[in-house]
Amino acid sequence: MPAVEVVEALRTRFSASASPLGVAVPAASLLEAARALRDAHGYRFYVLASATERSEAIDLVHAVRNLDTNDTLFVTTPLAKTALEAPSLAFVWSGAEWYEREVFDLFGIRFASHPDLRRILLPDEYQGHPLRKEFPMDTPWGYRPATPKPEAAS
Amino acid sequence: MSAGVEVVEREFGEMALNMGPQHPSTHGVLRLVLHLSGETVLKAIPSIGYLHRGVEKLSEHLAYEQLAPVYERDDYLAPSANSLAYCLAVEKLGSIAVPRRAQWLRAFVCEWQRVASHLVWLGTLGLDLGGALGGGTTLYMYCFREREKILDFLEDLTGTRYHTNVNLIGGCRYDLDAARAAKSRALSTGIEAALPELHAMAGGNAIFGARTRGVGAISKDLALSVGVTGPVLRASGVGYDVRKAMPYDAYGELPLTIPTRSAGDALARYEVRFEEISVALALVRAIGDGLPAGPIFSRKPIKNPKATKLPAGEAYVAVESPRGELGIHLVSEGGAKPHRLKINAPSFANLQVVPHLLPGRLIADVVAILGSLDPVMGDVDR
Repeated sequence: MPAVEVVEALRTRFSASASPLGVAVPAASLLEAARALRDAHGYRFYVLASATERSEAIDLVHAVRNLDTNDTLFVTTPLAKTALEAPSLAFVWSGAEWYEREVFDLFGIRFASHPDLRRILLPDEYQGHPLRKEFPMDTPWGYRPATPKPEAAS
Repeated sequence: MSAGVEVVEREFGEMALNMGPQHPSTHGVLRLVLHLSGETVLKAIPSIGYLHRGVEKLSEHLAYEQLAPVYERDDYLAPSANSLAYCLAVEKLGSIAVPRRAQWLRAFVCEWQRVASHLVWLGTLGLDLGGALGGGTTLYMYCFREREKILDFLEDLTGTRYHTNVNLIGGCRYDLDAARAAKSRALSTGIEAALPELHAMAGGNAIFGARTRGVGAISKDLALSVGVTGPVLRASGVGYDVRKAMPYDAYGELPLTIPTRSAGDALARYEVRFEEISVALALVRAIGDGLPAGPIFSRKPIKNPKATKLPAGEAYVAVESPRGELGIHLVSEGGAKPHRLKINAPSFANLQVVPHLLPGRLIADVVAILGSLDPVMGDVDR
């Protein structure tokens, strides 16, 4: 269960609200809230970043853990599908670097001031973001190399 | 050398070397771009994704009952831990009860696979360090000999050597009878007796110590910030184990000791993993002796796999796989398929520390460090 007092502390300072597994924080105050979680509340262990596509927004999710109280907090940030950008937390927890690259790769969320925002699992020339719901399984947009095949010598 | 020949040493500057994706020491298809000055690594850029199979996308298109075997293919050295994490997440979200006997049996198979997985790690670490250990194949062969016995036992118990598919939503598939329990006990004492021999070949070997002591040290702060898990975290002085911190299945009732070291180097990781083999063997014996009676499946027989539906909501459940915290973040919007399923793979988190460790080390240390992190690329790439 999320620590109630942490959610309460974030609510007043960063206009956060409670969410099923932790706390929801708007993108504008995500970076400051993350610093406060690490420094003031003891959430020093980075667990994961992920994203969930909802009907009108994409929820960016970071999970961090306080090892002293053994509490895992999920920080959710709803992003409008027209403005998929969030601040990078890679300088708060360096573990966020690869996880944010994965979210960028599979969902297309851009992370401001990320040290190395490239695709991580898919090839650099891949088109589209496969974990978006509009990306069909029988895709005509699958992997296409950037350069066409050389023609066979005649 | 004749008097007229002059030896000229040239400075060649920085060289980029591609290590992998087919390098045998990378435990799969990991590619490392190493920027070298002579034999010293200046910068290391890991490149992953060669084994990406889109498991998370596939999860959104299969029914809940069909998915557990899919995850067993992720971390192919400890398949049951993957499907166990998934089953626990579905059970948590759907409030599905699991009989006590099934909980113990699931832990039983997971602990046997932990021993098998650690034996693969130890054997391949011997191969990685190669020449230092008299060719390395001796240790490899001895480890795989013991592991083969475990796989034979699992085949006898479940019909499959590897992807046992023992975990079901709401229970488990195969029961342990008295004859097999006796077999398990004999096997565990046999492997326990072989451990000193393995230790003499690895940790007891002076060259092994020289190759691993002080190599690839991860400080406690770095370990927490990067979020490394499992034996890598416990070798850096953080005694965190999911089985103790968030007990699942039978682990709340079982005697569990957590080996911990504070040095954080490759040798500490070796020591933690090696002690975990004994701990897992003790757990296997404790489960075999104290297995409670009762049913092993709590639900009605599944006739239509697509009929299982979960209420809307989300859940995060983690298990301790041999490589560390393996988490499943499951989001349901009601219906017969997951809306979103995120697999938090321990190898992914552990591999992320590599660019922090390699600069300043020699190429020979690269394989020692990678081997001590024990990544499984199927787990990294999913």
